[in-house]
Amino acid sequence: MKHTISILVENHAGVLSRVSGLFSRRGFNIDSLAVGETDDPTISRITIVADGDEHTAQQLEKQLNKLVDTLKVKTLASDELLARELQLIKINAQPNQRNEILTICEIMGAKIADITPTTMTIEISDTTNHLRHFRELISGYGIKEIVRTGTIAIQKGADTIKK
Amino acid sequence: MIQAAEAMVKCLEREGIKVVYGYPGAAICPFYDKLYDSDIHHVLVRHEVNAGHAANGYARISNKPAVCVATSGPGATNLITAIATAYMDSVPVIFITGQVSTDQIGSDVFQEADITGSAMPFVKHSYLVKNAADIPRIFKEAFYIAGTGRKGPVLIDVPSDIQTKMIDFDYPETISLRTYKPTVKGNPMQLKKISEAIASAKRPLICAGGGVFLSDARDELLRFTEKTGIPAVSTMMGLSLYPTSHPLYFGMMGMHGVNTANEAVSRCDTFILIGARAGDRAVTSPKFLAKSSKIIHIDIDPAEIGKNIAVDYPLVGDCKTILSELAEITPKGDYSEWTAMLSDIQNRVPTEEENEGFLNPKLFLKRLSGEMPENTICVADVGQNQIWTCNNFEMKGGRLLVNGGMGTMGYAIPAAVGAKMAAPESEVVAICGDGAFQMEMMELATIMQENLSVKIILMRNNRLGMVRELQTNKYQDRQAAVRLKGNPDFVKLVESYGIPAERVETMAEAAQAAKRMKDATGPYFIECNVYKYETSL
Repeated sequence: MKHTISILVENHAGVLSRVSGLFSRRGFNIDSLAVGETDDPTISRITIVADGDEHTAQQLEKQLNKLVDTLKVKTLASDELLARELQLIKINAQPNQRNEILTICEIMGAKIADITPTTMTIEISDTTNHLRHFRELISGYGIKEIVRTGTIAIQKGADTIKK
Repeated sequence: MIQAAEAMVKCLEREGIKVVYGYPGAAICPFYDKLYDSDIHHVLVRHEVNAGHAANGYARISNKPAVCVATSGPGATNLITAIATAYMDSVPVIFITGQVSTDQIGSDVFQEADITGSAMPFVKHSYLVKNAADIPRIFKEAFYIAGTGRKGPVLIDVPSDIQTKMIDFDYPETISLRTYKPTVKGNPMQLKKISEAIASAKRPLICAGGGVFLSDARDELLRFTEKTGIPAVSTMMGLSLYPTSHPLYFGMMGMHGVNTANEAVSRCDTFILIGARAGDRAVTSPKFLAKSSKIIHIDIDPAEIGKNIAVDYPLVGDCKTILSELAEITPKGDYSEWTAMLSDIQNRVPTEEENEGFLNPKLFLKRLSGEMPENTICVADVGQNQIWTCNNFEMKGGRLLVNGGMGTMGYAIPAAVGAKMAAPESEVVAICGDGAFQMEMMELATIMQENLSVKIILMRNNRLGMVRELQTNKYQDRQAAVRLKGNPDFVKLVESYGIPAERVETMAEAAQAAKRMKDATGPYFIECNVYKYETSL
């Protein structure tokens, strides 16, 4: 089972390695990890998607809480979160294929970020499932390269991680 | 303005540190140069790891953070086992290491090692000082973090150029750590529920662990036990919380525990786990506990609750306050039948027999401990000697120290050094096997140098006995790499340090030897001749 965990930490050097080190030390598997500064520059927010049963998820939350640099840990319930990841996909695109690709991009909510006579680089930000679907749609053109960020997530509604 | 190195020393003074254990080197020399002017007593050990173990022993006896110092590179990496040992047993030790200068970090210069990186899995917290002005705050935080909540080691790595910077010294009075706020007080509702669960039990059992010592709650534990009349067992780390002869105490549970304690665990209907983490050596399998028994788990670390065993009544908090509150609100029960049943099992344990031509270590430790004063601190090493000590050394009011979590060989003598310095009025006895002894015997010099009256018992079977026993039982007695060929004449070796030493071959000689050891005013050493197939239990 996938768990999406949001962690607020002190924005110090070395904090990320404490967090990621804890995962490997305790034998937890990370699917993805994303980190960035918050509205308060002294605080960073880490989003981790991890695999494991309920016991694992509970342990994870408790162990993360024990790190001295951790301000807040919250496991976001899967039906109450907005999750996004960003992908850049470079595909083969001959001039006569461009329109077709553009149509797919428009329907799927993707943008063209770069273009050359033989390739297009597509930028898309959405849920992991949507992105998988998109890749299937365009794989026929020949994917040359994919770069993806980790998932970032936020609670739906008015509540925040602090509340 | 003062030099940051001097500020480091002042921080230690402000924390009330009287002794530090360490080993100097180039990268920590600015600190040593300032320590030279301080009243803090520095104990030069003979290997860095032992500085860590000595500080460990000191911290456990004084129940306050103790300090250990080493230089960069190999000095720092030699500390790693000591850091891990302190971490596994939640012992508050401040490890201070020198580091190469900031402009050289990352370029693989002489004696450079990323110690904060390498020690990360074994520290409660660590600092690499990048700004000299942060030193007072970092030291204040380090002592606070090490000595509160679930205690543990904190590492401070200080580059040599940082140590020589000039800073304003102002030791903070308070801590402002927005991220670190351990729960101390138990939830009152949950406390009440637990008290009710205990009151409704027919066969409750207390299992006390090392956390009770860490929270300085031995008196509260005894009061709770005696007021409610509930029988008790302990984990290895909880040994000596109860005097061995306490009528409600039934010994150490677990893989190397005694039969009575394990029977008690499997027959109780309510298991009250206090300051213990139900580690794999204590609770060998969750099946070990009766399915029907209700489990109450009291611990200061929320992550321990539910980690190893499923719990019916969790309670997070400091067991000192929790135990005194529980003693207030929990009524005395009638557990006479239950206690009588346990006493009956205890009385059925066959008495240990002497073995011809050798000294029976179990009998010897039993008799020796009977002779020792009430406040004796006994430090066991790791291996068979540890199990013999745990189950046979009778505790009265003193303390038994073992490193139960990490199982680090070579712990007993350096930890005894620390323990003796923290409690000079107590008799301190270190018990070792001939394997571990050869990992720590260099500290005999430290004992002499510091003029410490530490007594040492060596159980010599010319083998790594516990591994031999495992090989006998599990590997058809194929004794791979457990023979200690080339052992020295230990008595001569110890005597060469100026420590009186003798060898005891049989039980007949043991009583006199024990008496000589007890009467010795300085350090003393007894080598015991132990049969190679002696069993742990």
